[in-house]
Amino acid sequence: MMGLSRFAGVLAAIGAAVSILAAAPMATGKSAGVQTAALLSDDPPATLQATGLFRDAAARDPAPGVTPYALNTALYSDGAVKRRYVYLPPGAKARYDAEEAFGFPVGAVLVKTFAFPLDARTPDGPERVLETRLLVRRAQGWAALPYLWNAAGTVATLTPVGATIPVTTTDASGASRTLTWQAPNRNQCKGCHSLNGAFTPIGPKARNLNGVYPYADGAENQIAHWTRLGLLDGAPAPDAAPRAPPLHEATAPIALRARAYLDVNCAHCHRPGGPADTSGLDLRWSQSEPVRYGVEKRPVAAGRASADLEFDIAPGAPDRSILAHRLASTDPGVMMPELGRSLVDEDGLAVVRQWIAEMK
Amino acid sequence: MRTMAIAAMAALALAGTAEAKTWRVKPGPSAQTELQSALLSAKPGDTVQLAKGRFALAGGVSLDVDRVTIRGAGADKSVLDFTGQAQGAEGLLVTSDGVLLRDFAVENAKGDGIKAKGADQITFRNLRVEWTRGPNTGNGAYGVYPVQSTNVLIEGVVVKGASDAGIYVGQSKNIVVRDSVAMFNVAGIEIENSFNADVYGNVATRNTGGILVFDLPGLPQQGGHDIRVFKNVITTNDTPNFAPKGNIVGTVPTGTGVLIMANRNVHVFENVIGDNGTVNVLVTAYRDEIKDAAYNPLPRDIVVRANVFGPGGFKPAGDLAGLAAAGIPLPDILWDGATTYVAAGAPRAEPVRIDIRDNVRKDKSAVSVLSLGVDIAGGPLTEAQPTPTIPPVTPIAEPAPVKLPQR
Repeated sequence: MMGLSRFAGVLAAIGAAVSILAAAPMATGKSAGVQTAALLSDDPPATLQATGLFRDAAARDPAPGVTPYALNTALYSDGAVKRRYVYLPPGAKARYDAEEAFGFPVGAVLVKTFAFPLDARTPDGPERVLETRLLVRRAQGWAALPYLWNAAGTVATLTPVGATIPVTTTDASGASRTLTWQAPNRNQCKGCHSLNGAFTPIGPKARNLNGVYPYADGAENQIAHWTRLGLLDGAPAPDAAPRAPPLHEATAPIALRARAYLDVNCAHCHRPGGPADTSGLDLRWSQSEPVRYGVEKRPVAAGRASADLEFDIAPGAPDRSILAHRLASTDPGVMMPELGRSLVDEDGLAVVRQWIAEMK
Repeated sequence: MRTMAIAAMAALALAGTAEAKTWRVKPGPSAQTELQSALLSAKPGDTVQLAKGRFALAGGVSLDVDRVTIRGAGADKSVLDFTGQAQGAEGLLVTSDGVLLRDFAVENAKGDGIKAKGADQITFRNLRVEWTRGPNTGNGAYGVYPVQSTNVLIEGVVVKGASDAGIYVGQSKNIVVRDSVAMFNVAGIEIENSFNADVYGNVATRNTGGILVFDLPGLPQQGGHDIRVFKNVITTNDTPNFAPKGNIVGTVPTGTGVLIMANRNVHVFENVIGDNGTVNVLVTAYRDEIKDAAYNPLPRDIVVRANVFGPGGFKPAGDLAGLAAAGIPLPDILWDGATTYVAAGAPRAEPVRIDIRDNVRKDKSAVSVLSLGVDIAGGPLTEAQPTPTIPPVTPIAEPAPVKLPQR
């Protein structure tokens, strides 16, 4: 069965082929389709709009073949709202993997937009959109293309050197809140997206995608949806695939919620082959040896970040656990993760602390 | 024919010169962006030239391009000042190969000063890394910090105030640390979980401990071996330990000259070691519980020879103060005596050779040596059975000098 949107994807591909011939996307209005050739070139589109991934200038309306997705547990980014999309070239499929990120074909694009609602009490109201980051799978590996939005949210421009942007919003209590948004530079992108020296996506793993997404044409499990659309090869039925519970899934055991949180927020660095493999700490979901994920593990190169504490995780004692201490800090020499936040994720911290407190 | 070859080489050299670009960066309000942009834009062979002056930086900067030189106008003239750092876990991070860092300073980084991870042929030359308020628990951990790197050259650097180690080489291979000065750090120079290091011609003074050779469990690279520490001046290490607790260097007694913990084949020779209040040379097993079955906590094949000792042990600190209080005077060279250990619950024994010879004292008195006779790694010092007699051993071959590739 060929789903309607798959058919649309084929149409988009035809559109893309035509526009490659025309050498440039149409200047206004209608989508010319995803500009795969330009995205794969050494001279990628200077604006997000020119990538053809979205039909509108505000990047809220994905082009045909661009599929939204969500993660069960997401990286905390100062509470930013994230909108994620995947695009695969017509006929290409991602390869299912039970453990690591799916194997994506050349031409695949992963899209993530970061935005803050101006008033947290009206989350669907006006927002300040900050960045749209693309990961493009080229023949020689993944490339990061960070597009930075202007203040009006009308144009996003390719900006590999990063930026520092103050963002003022109103929080859930009605108080004004200002944070400093750090758009990463290319090296900082690699600071997280690196595995054995190669640029690697983090989010799209089976355990994190194994959940229901409210698609426009009805809710469906994402793994089933991707399989049905022909985007994913080799996936089992969702029931047979691993699943990491969302942070707030109260029915899930606290240990699974905490481990899922650490997996998503920490394990891209703290794993063998990751940027922070030096300390031997391994916070992957799959690590089953307690000392490897921090239980009674002594600090190695933490310096003052250890805060006079003996262990990464002291069972039963979150206040004596370096891991909880570093999640609770905003001091650049102490905080973890090192990048990507300027505030404390109180919800994530609470789950991790409860897990440690209940640990025997 | 030969002339042609030379002409061709000259042309190549010229082409190389012509292509290499120099990115000049000056202090000022946009220094952060300009410096980071230069580091992102540089191509292999390029130089990023730091002008004279103080670069006030609000965030860490990083280099991920091979064969780039970052060069300042001098270790006191071009200063990367991280006093106002709000972001980034180190001052400067290098993750590429063939990088040369020279003639500039890094001050008051919130975390580590200069970190190089996974870098091959990294050179730190004529640099200064300093926490300017002096020893403080709130200072960053490491000054010069290559880790998981190969062919590491550190020369002519000065590091002051690190709350862990001034010069710290971790999990690396083929290392030279020479002609450098480490003062007012917890550990002056520390070689940890590393293979093949030559540490010579350095001055380590006014630290808590002067030069440390450590091996720790549970790390991707362990089993440190083949380390030579020679012709250094390791004196008056008297700064009270200011490391945050929990860190392994927090256990270093104030007033330690050389400390060897675990490792195989470490040779300490022709150094001047004196005025270290706890002990001039300490050789000890790793003392904490070991969960890692692959780890060996014992120092073995250790040579301490032909050093010149000044006074030591006159103001013992830490665990060793208890020994002195129990009437055991601290010697110039102290070994815990461990030859057995328990790793992951399994008892093990190991032939341990400790070779101490030809050392002299400045005042011509006899060099004192003591084994505490604590047979098991981490065994309580209260059960020490001290003996000045260390069994004679067969000669232990010295590691070959470290050879670095031409750079």
